[in-house]
Amino acid sequence: MTSIDPADTFRQEAADLLEILEQSLLDLERRPGDEDLVSSAFRALHTLKGSGAMFGFTAVSAFIHDFETAFDKVRKGEAPASGELIAAALQAKDHVAALITDAASVDASAGSEILAALAAAISGPCEPVWRVNFRLPENALMLGTNPVLLLDEMRSLGPCNIVSRSEAVAPVGDIDPDYLYRAWALEIGGPVDPLAIEDVFLFIRDDMELTIERSGGGGVENAAADEAPPQAATASEALRREPEREAAGVAQKDKAATLRVPAERLDELMDRVGELVIAQARLSQIAVSRHDPALVSIAEDIERLTSSLRDTTMGTRMVPIGTLFGRFRRLVHDLSQDLGKQVNLVTTGEETELDKTVIEQLADPLVHLIRNAMDHGIEQSEERRASGKGDTATLRLSAAHRGAEVAITIADDGAGLDTARIRAKAEASGVIAPGAVLAEADVNRLIFEAGFSTSQSVTSLSGRGVGMDVVKRTIEGLRGSIDLASEPGHGTEVTLRLPLTLAIIDGLLVRVGSGRYTIPLAAVEECIELPKNAGEMRGRSFLDVRGELVPFMRLRDLFHAEGEADVYQKVVIVSSGQIRIGLVVDQIIGNNQTVIKQLSRLHSSLKTFSGATILGDGTVALILDVMNLVGFGQKLEESRRDDVLGRAA
Amino acid sequence: MTAHSEKTVMHALTIRLQDEIFALEATSVREILDPVPITRVPNAPEFVGGLINVRGTVVPLADLRVVFGMERPPTDQDTRIVVVEFDLDGDLMVAGILADKVHEVTEIDAGSMETVPAVGMRWPPAFIRSIGKRDDGFIIIPDMQRIFRNEGGLDAAAA
Repeated sequence: MTSIDPADTFRQEAADLLEILEQSLLDLERRPGDEDLVSSAFRALHTLKGSGAMFGFTAVSAFIHDFETAFDKVRKGEAPASGELIAAALQAKDHVAALITDAASVDASAGSEILAALAAAISGPCEPVWRVNFRLPENALMLGTNPVLLLDEMRSLGPCNIVSRSEAVAPVGDIDPDYLYRAWALEIGGPVDPLAIEDVFLFIRDDMELTIERSGGGGVENAAADEAPPQAATASEALRREPEREAAGVAQKDKAATLRVPAERLDELMDRVGELVIAQARLSQIAVSRHDPALVSIAEDIERLTSSLRDTTMGTRMVPIGTLFGRFRRLVHDLSQDLGKQVNLVTTGEETELDKTVIEQLADPLVHLIRNAMDHGIEQSEERRASGKGDTATLRLSAAHRGAEVAITIADDGAGLDTARIRAKAEASGVIAPGAVLAEADVNRLIFEAGFSTSQSVTSLSGRGVGMDVVKRTIEGLRGSIDLASEPGHGTEVTLRLPLTLAIIDGLLVRVGSGRYTIPLAAVEECIELPKNAGEMRGRSFLDVRGELVPFMRLRDLFHAEGEADVYQKVVIVSSGQIRIGLVVDQIIGNNQTVIKQLSRLHSSLKTFSGATILGDGTVALILDVMNLVGFGQKLEESRRDDVLGRAA
Repeated sequence: MTAHSEKTVMHALTIRLQDEIFALEATSVREILDPVPITRVPNAPEFVGGLINVRGTVVPLADLRVVFGMERPPTDQDTRIVVVEFDLDGDLMVAGILADKVHEVTEIDAGSMETVPAVGMRWPPAFIRSIGKRDDGFIIIPDMQRIFRNEGGLDAAAA
């Protein structure tokens, strides 16, 4: 066993705590006055201070002590969690992170400046926040009360945060359109007289429900935030809660439910399971050939156990993508201030799980895509208004399972891609020949080429033409693909499609000549027999599959297979995205669990194979890279289309 | 004396490829295997045209006979696969080397090693690090790094 450096343990813990702090602060910006958030941030700070001092990070704990003092006022309700306070607190959080990494290199004066900013942010008018919950009588509308006017009047009293509550809406069948079922929860800051609040409801006070409470007092029911938080906050909040328990340092019974395990051990475990899967395949093969019922029954048990062990092990490596999305809230927050654009980040599908290695590698590409969308895609407010859009742009980040793939979408409602400009730029820089015939989608895809940028100016964010190239290379390295959709004036949508795991997949084993190859089963659509009359016209091969032309490739030719071809050849139709292609093989052997082994550097330049696997009899089989084969087929398809067009012209 | 001899002696595994004796650095040899089924890799460089399973890992199989332009008869009872690992541009390269016969682990006196003559050689001199002499003839010490870099298609991939 290697001894563990306690300072490293602290750094790890601190990273988690800082994460919680940041999320709480960002949530707090949306829902100022949410006490849960304030105390979550406060707890994180407090734990950091304590353990920092314990592990000898004195500069850290001294700084946090002052930070905490400022925040304590918010906790006691003496100061509002204003925008300035949040901004200063975020800076302070970054400062703490820097101090923990390397205290010596941090400028001490920066710390005192931040503390001064914090102090300034809380010393403003320390007014309490009033929480108001009200429900109008159901017949209020018929009596001529306009809730909008009431809310406007409330707004005139001071800065308001209004949440509509819909829990009292009648079942759909019983809804009376004349009745008002909604209730509202408000928080009013600033110097407000509670009597003035009551006066707003003067004329309907008798029949309505109204509670007015001073925030900061104990036992205030926090119904508004719990029941109707903004959409984006729900899942991130759920994510936040989990580590929060740990942060609190309170002995709770769930605490033992999660373990921190070094990632290498999981990798090792996965390797062992991979070996087990291979050994089990050998056992099954021997059992079948021996015709010994006892042996067969044991082999079947082992097969069942192996397969569930495989699933469990892969499960332990799965991490919800929300852990990644959470990081981008800060990025969007900072970028929108730098760029002077109002951007609302909406995330969905945070619970979607992906292999941890995939998640780790996804961070960079997503940062590039978000930066690109915010810098190039989303327009300035004036432009947005001119084109009839709201001032605030929406950036959607979503994840969802689609078959054996996970689709991650980054969509903005900005100006869309300027195809003409991309084309001009590509021609100018020699990426494509002037006047080359290219579909619009293909032109747009050029943004993923290395060194390509249409931006007239290089900003601190993008424009160097490096980022998108990184996106493409990383995604391809993960055996994924990129879809790009853009509508001028309405926005751009980039979809990253990634395999669920990089370790073990289900494969379809086929034979070509004397060689056996595995095709990822997730990509296989169907298997058919190659019709006798499937002639090749002018060197290009197409197959009529229920009225659709599907290009096909003879793997025998591609792989220069020796020996006679089988009389009845089979076609495996595979797809990636919208594109389908048929692969002609000699024999379809069957399904197998495929443990993916990377090819060495000597073979990494072969684009037709994505890896190798070991079969039950101990031999090696190559795994076909469907994406690249489909790309090959796509070129066939295009050349046919050009051919048809050329003839028509 | 021992310290001195360690410096001047190369510990080597000698193998036979056709009629020539080659020496592989003994420290780079991981294991010696009986012939196993070889999976052909279509469109790969001929020198590394196969893959083998070495106890659960997929390892490329290299045939030095291709590099030295020798005949390649089918495997017989003497054929072995020598699994070697060595540093290639900072990465650990594990590869199987096909040998017509494996001889012995021996010591080659550095004094007897000579640099490669530029002329009068059947093989490309760039792929030979030096030639050692022993009572019964010459021993060729191949330059594995250079062979794998050039013949493994790595240069092409990098270019």
